[in-house]
Amino acid sequence: MKKILPGLLSLMLALAFVGCGNTETPVSEESSSVSSEAVSSESSESVEAVVSSETEAGSEETEETTETTGVMSFAEYEAAELDTEVTVETYVQAKQSWWDNKATVYGQSEEGAIFMYNMVCSEEDYEKLLPGTKIRVNGFKSAWEGEVEIIDATFEILEGNFIAQATDVTALLGTEELIAHQNEFVSFKDMTIVAKKDKDDNDAAFLYNWDGSGSEGNDLYFDAAVGDAVYSFTVESYLYGPGTDVYETVKTLNIGDVVDMEGFLYWYQGANPHITSVTVK
Amino acid sequence: MRHTKRGCLILLAALCLTLLTACHGSKETDEYQTPAEFDTSRSYEITFWAKNDTNKNQTLIYEQTIREFQALYPNIAVNLRLYTDYGKIYNDVITNIATRTTPNVCITYPDHIATYLTGQNTVVPLDDLFTDRKYGLGGSEVRFESPSKEEIVTQFLEECRIGGTYYAIPYMRSTEACYVNKDFVEALGFTLPEVLTWDFVWEVSEAAMQKNPDGTFAVNGQNVMIPFLYKSTDNMMIQMLKQKNAGYATGDGRIDLFHDTTKEILFTIAGHVKTGAFSTFKSSGYPANFLNAGQCIFAVDSTAGSTWMGSEAPLLDISADKIVPFETCVYPVPQFDAGNPKMISQGPSVCIFRKEDPQEVLASWLFAQYLLTNEVQIAYAGTEGYVPVTLKAQQSEVYRDYMNGTAPDGSEPYSVKLAASKLLLDHVDDTFVTPVFNGSASLRDAAGQLIEAVNKSARRKQTVDDAYIEKLYTETVALYHLNPDGAGAADRKAELGELPGMAVALLSALGLTWGCILFYLIYGWIRRRKRHN
Repeated sequence: MKKILPGLLSLMLALAFVGCGNTETPVSEESSSVSSEAVSSESSESVEAVVSSETEAGSEETEETTETTGVMSFAEYEAAELDTEVTVETYVQAKQSWWDNKATVYGQSEEGAIFMYNMVCSEEDYEKLLPGTKIRVNGFKSAWEGEVEIIDATFEILEGNFIAQATDVTALLGTEELIAHQNEFVSFKDMTIVAKKDKDDNDAAFLYNWDGSGSEGNDLYFDAAVGDAVYSFTVESYLYGPGTDVYETVKTLNIGDVVDMEGFLYWYQGANPHITSVTVK
Repeated sequence: MRHTKRGCLILLAALCLTLLTACHGSKETDEYQTPAEFDTSRSYEITFWAKNDTNKNQTLIYEQTIREFQALYPNIAVNLRLYTDYGKIYNDVITNIATRTTPNVCITYPDHIATYLTGQNTVVPLDDLFTDRKYGLGGSEVRFESPSKEEIVTQFLEECRIGGTYYAIPYMRSTEACYVNKDFVEALGFTLPEVLTWDFVWEVSEAAMQKNPDGTFAVNGQNVMIPFLYKSTDNMMIQMLKQKNAGYATGDGRIDLFHDTTKEILFTIAGHVKTGAFSTFKSSGYPANFLNAGQCIFAVDSTAGSTWMGSEAPLLDISADKIVPFETCVYPVPQFDAGNPKMISQGPSVCIFRKEDPQEVLASWLFAQYLLTNEVQIAYAGTEGYVPVTLKAQQSEVYRDYMNGTAPDGSEPYSVKLAASKLLLDHVDDTFVTPVFNGSASLRDAAGQLIEAVNKSARRKQTVDDAYIEKLYTETVALYHLNPDGAGAADRKAELGELPGMAVALLSALGLTWGCILFYLIYGWIRRRKRHN
C-alpha cells in the first residue's frame, strides 16, 4: 500500500502537470465557445438560405410549389420574375469574397452576365472557382437596390471554360441602355479623373469610402469624366483590396489623369462599376 | 525512514492540492487592480476601435477627440481604427481574444460584451475604476472635466451592467424612428394620428398598393412602391413582442421567443409581404433610399440614421434627380397600445480590454472617460439623431441651443435630425433593453431571422402556416444554437459535448488517488487506535 500510494500520487502529479502545462487549453476552449457565438451572428445569411430552401424543398402544401427548373438560357433567366427559382450555367469571371461558407461571384457567358451573392460554398470549393470555370447555379432571382442577382444559391462545377472580353460601354454612360450590360465585364476609355471633396473639404483624386470617412483597406471611390459628365467608380476592397495593382494604382491617381478602366458593371441605385484595372495614359 | 516516507506523502498530497487549487481558481485570482498612481514617466500606445455611420463628421470628431486627449496626456498615443459595422467589430474582437490582441478601448454593445466575457479576464470590470478617488469618474487627478457617476443618465448606465458588474460606459444613445412621407399618407385619404399604430401603418400601406391601368402605382406614379420598409428586423420583432407584453428572454438567459404571439406576428407580416406592402432592408435595400425616391411611405430606421432621411437630407445615397420632394414626419416606431408606447434603447457603449500592464489599462480608462466629456458628447450627438448619455451634456447651454435650432457653429441643424433626437429625449422612460447573457446576441439575430425567413418565403409564394412556423422554429433553434428550455449558459455547456478521454482519465486518476489517500489515513488512524488500545 505504502509503495502504491506514492506511485499513484506521482502519476497524478505528472498528469496534473500535463493538464496544467498547456495554459492555452482553457483559453481555446473559452474561445471556441466565443467563436461559435460569432459564427452564429454572422451566419444569418446562410440561415436564411437554409430556412428558405429547406422550407421550400420540404413543403408539399405550398400554394405554388416552385418546380425544380431545368437549366435556363440567359434570355429565360432575364425574363424570369423576381423571387422565382432559377437554374443557369455561367462562367466565373471574378470572386468578390468568401466568408462563413458563402461566396460572392461575378459570372458571365457569351449570352450575358450574372451576379451571384452569397452562394453556399466551402472554402475548398471556393479555391476551385478560378476565372473561366463553368458552374451550374440554382437559386432565387432577386434584386437589391437595383442590382439583379441570384441569392440563396448552390452550385456545381462543370467542364468548360470561358473568359469574357471587356465591352467598351463608355458611350453608354448616362444612357438607359447601360443597364442592359449590368454585371458584365466592361471597359471605359479615355476618362479624366476629376476632384472629389475629402472629409476636410479638400480636393482629392480618390477617397476611402464614398465620403472620405474611411481609411486604408476600405473601398476606394473616385470620379472620372467623359466630356462634361462625371461618373463615380469604386474599387471594391473585397474584390481587389490593398496590395492589388488596381487598389495601389488608384491611390496614385492625380486629378486630370486620363485613364482607361476595366471592371464589372455592378448596380446600386444606378451604375456603380467595380473597377478591376486602371491604366494611366 | 518511516517519517521520511510519511513526509514525502504529505508533500506530494500538498503539491497536488496546490496544483488543483491553482488550476481551478486562476480566473478569480487575477482581477484587475487600479494602480495607486498613474505613471506619467512612461509612454503608452493604446488602440481604439470605433464605429462610424459612414459619416465623415463622425470620423473628424474621433480624430479631434484623440488630438485633444493627447494634448492633455502627451504620454498616451491613441491609434484609431474605424469600422462601419458593429458586427465586424464583434467578429474581429472575438478573433483577437484568442490571440490576445484585443484593442484597448472598443465601441461595443452589451450583448457582445456578454460573449467577450466567456474568455478569461477579457473585459475590465469598471466598478472600482468608476469610484477611484483619483482617476474615477470626476476623479481629482483626471486632467479634464469628467462627469460624475450621477451625471450619467442612470438608465443608459444600467444598460452597461452585466451580472451586477459594470463592464462598459454608455457612449451615445438612439432608438428607432418611423420616418413618414406625410404627403403620400394624406394623398391616400388618411390623417396621421398622434401615435402611430401598427393597424394604421398596415392600413395605409395596403391602400398604397392600388395601381393605375398602366401598371404604375397610383400614389406615386412609379413602377416601384414598398409602402413599409424596416431596416432592423431583429428590433422589429423584439419591440412588437415587448409591446404585446409577450416573452422574448429572461434575465437569467431563458429563451422565450418561440411561441404563439411570435407566430401571430409572423402571420401578419407574411400577409402584408404577399401584397407587396412590406419588405425589409435585407430583401430590398435601405429604407432611406426608397423613402427619398418617393417609393416608400413608412421607413423605420435608427434615429442615428436620421441625416439620411427625407428629401432635404444632408446625406444622400441616390442621385439628386431621383429625389421626390415631400414633408417628412418623425414618429416613434408603430405601437400596439397607443397609451403605453414601448421602444428599444440602443447605441454604442465603450468597454476596455484587459492587458498585462495595469498602467496601460489605466491609460485606456482615462481615454474612455474622456469620451464622456461635454465636448465629445455634444459634438458626436450632433452628427446624427443621437442623444448624449450624460445629464451634464444634455443640460448644457450649448446642447440646449442646438436642440432649439442653433448648432455650435451657428448653423441650423437638419430638422429631421433634431426631431429624431427629441423623440428619444421625450421617450427615455418608454425605452427598454433586452436581457444580456452569453447567447443573447444570437437570440437577437434569430428574432430578426424569423421575419427575414417569412419575408422571403411569402415573396416566393410559399405557404406560411402552422406547419411552416413549427419547422422554422425548429431550424432557427438549431442554427443559432439556442435552447428554448434552458438558460443560455447551460446551452453553451451542452454544446461542449462529452468530456475528452484525457480529461476523463485525469479526473479518474485524481479521484482514485484521493480515495487512496483517504483510505490510507483512515486505515492508519484505526491501526493507531488499535495499538493504543
